[in-house]
Amino acid sequence: MSEQMQATAEDSQPVLRLQAIHKSYNIGQPTETEVLHGIDMQVGRKEFAALIGPSGSGKSTLLNLIGLLDSPTSGELFLLGQPTREMDDAARTALRGSSIGFVFQFHHLIQAFTALENVLIPLMLAHGKPSKDSVDRARGLLVEVGLEKFVGRKPNQLSGGQQQRVAIARALVTRPALLLADEPTGNLDSKTAAEVFALFRQFNEKFGCAVLLVTHDMQLSDACDRQIRLVDGAIAQG
Amino acid sequence: MWIEWNIAVKFLRESRSQTALILVGIAVGVSVIVFITALITGLQDNIIDRTLGTQAHIKVQSPDEANRILPAAAGVTQLVLEDKRAQRLRSINNWQQVMLQLDGLADVTAVSPVLSGPAFARRGVALESVALVGIDVARYQKIIPIAKDIVAGSFRVGAGDAVIGKLLADDLGLRVGDKLRLDAGRDAVTVVNVAGIFELGVRELDSRYVYLDLKQTQTLLGLPGGVTVIDVTVRDIFAADVVAARIGRLTGLKSESWMETNAQLMNALTSQSLSTNMISLFVALSVAFGIASVLSVSVVQRTREIGILRAMGTTQGQMLGVFLIQGALFGLAGSAIGSAAGYALVWAFNNLGPGLFYIPVSPSLVPIAMAIATVTGVVSAALPARRAARLDPVVAIRYV
Repeated sequence: MSEQMQATAEDSQPVLRLQAIHKSYNIGQPTETEVLHGIDMQVGRKEFAALIGPSGSGKSTLLNLIGLLDSPTSGELFLLGQPTREMDDAARTALRGSSIGFVFQFHHLIQAFTALENVLIPLMLAHGKPSKDSVDRARGLLVEVGLEKFVGRKPNQLSGGQQQRVAIARALVTRPALLLADEPTGNLDSKTAAEVFALFRQFNEKFGCAVLLVTHDMQLSDACDRQIRLVDGAIAQG
Repeated sequence: MWIEWNIAVKFLRESRSQTALILVGIAVGVSVIVFITALITGLQDNIIDRTLGTQAHIKVQSPDEANRILPAAAGVTQLVLEDKRAQRLRSINNWQQVMLQLDGLADVTAVSPVLSGPAFARRGVALESVALVGIDVARYQKIIPIAKDIVAGSFRVGAGDAVIGKLLADDLGLRVGDKLRLDAGRDAVTVVNVAGIFELGVRELDSRYVYLDLKQTQTLLGLPGGVTVIDVTVRDIFAADVVAARIGRLTGLKSESWMETNAQLMNALTSQSLSTNMISLFVALSVAFGIASVLSVSVVQRTREIGILRAMGTTQGQMLGVFLIQGALFGLAGSAIGSAAGYALVWAFNNLGPGLFYIPVSPSLVPIAMAIATVTGVVSAALPARRAARLDPVVAIRYV
């Protein structure tokens, strides 16, 4: 019974919670600029949200903070309930590797690795030589994104849409609690973009991972369950 | 470690031409080092062999005789006009005891008492000045294996037999079995039978040495029971000076190592080693800079991929490892090829070269060269690797 209660407590906790996040660049110099002015927001489990806003509103900065690639000037960021501000590089990297999946606009696959190896990278980084289970899981994901025939290909032998599918499979292989996508369809034609978006939806439902999608595309953001609008470094609607 | 290794190897394989170019560069450097080291070691061994093939490592002799001047009484000014004393032929006091003592030293491999003094060799009207060398054959052979340099007859002394040098034999027109008259002054004259002729390849020895039995020489030179020199060989020829100093302190005799006797040769050898080491050092330095620059370029080329890998969960330490391993692999693979090439050069020198001397191939040279090259690779990779590890993933991902 207590196990059940614990599980419920964990479920009710948001995946991501931002508390008065400020971010400034060039601190202490005459060009010092504050990009984010106290962001408070949270993303719940299994939520499918879009982060929208005009260029220069601080979307990318916010995404980097959420992805633990950068740290805020002040405020606190809780990932799965853990405060992250005081973490050192190794702890951040470990948490990032285990609970966040990234999908970027420009696929960003490692050219020296095959599609399957690219998907396996996050697992190999965490556990070393991949087990048979890991390989099966990676292969399974590639099948789900429709690339069963291309597992052994290098990225430069794949089309843009195919590369993005590999990137999605890679982002999901660690079963992350949060999937971050930065303009994932920005580089694709509308038909392929729709297919890729459908994949996000599918995995959101299947694995129950929260999705935060940064996009310019109004059609895409409207298709999400929730829109977080960022204007001039502050949340205008969320 | 597995993943770092994996990524490093994949990176190297992907940028194939870059990898091939730097490997050739490292290989050329390592082959030069291997070849020049083998060449100089071979050359020096050869020179030392030739030098020490005809002389003892240490010569122990009586100290020079000096005038003893009585100190003047207090308050008296003493003016001294001193003539240096002539060094007469003298035996080493109590040489049997000294020899036994030297036999017991750990670093000493052979000890041989020798009595040597001047004489004239006469045949008919021809007269040559020679050096009589009275030896104990068994002991002397351990110092200078002269039996292998015999060109006629055999190495046999005693019972009126003598062994002489090739040039002396030519000058006096002697053949094995001929008689030779030796005159040591003071009416000490004897006739010996030429039992063998040797050729050491050293002019001074081949034209002057006459080997005799120790007893016969003692009689001829008027030093019954005496010897003038004790020849010594030691285990480590480059420690001969240390052993010589110890023998000097132990016996109170004059003890001179081959290094003192051949100071110029030692000087030449030392300078040669120094210049070899300098060449090796600078070649190694340029190899190191080559590795460092190739990896620096690679870090820039892969900035974006490094950013992605960091975002995927690669720690700074893992990133550092990836590039250090690349440096190590460069060093290892390059030195393997380079060692093979160096050996090929040595082979070519030995088989197709001028044939002046043979370069022996030391089996430890290759593993040492490879170990040093690998360490050099890792050290050279340190700077680029640090840069890769410190790349800000946010900046790196957006790098075009």
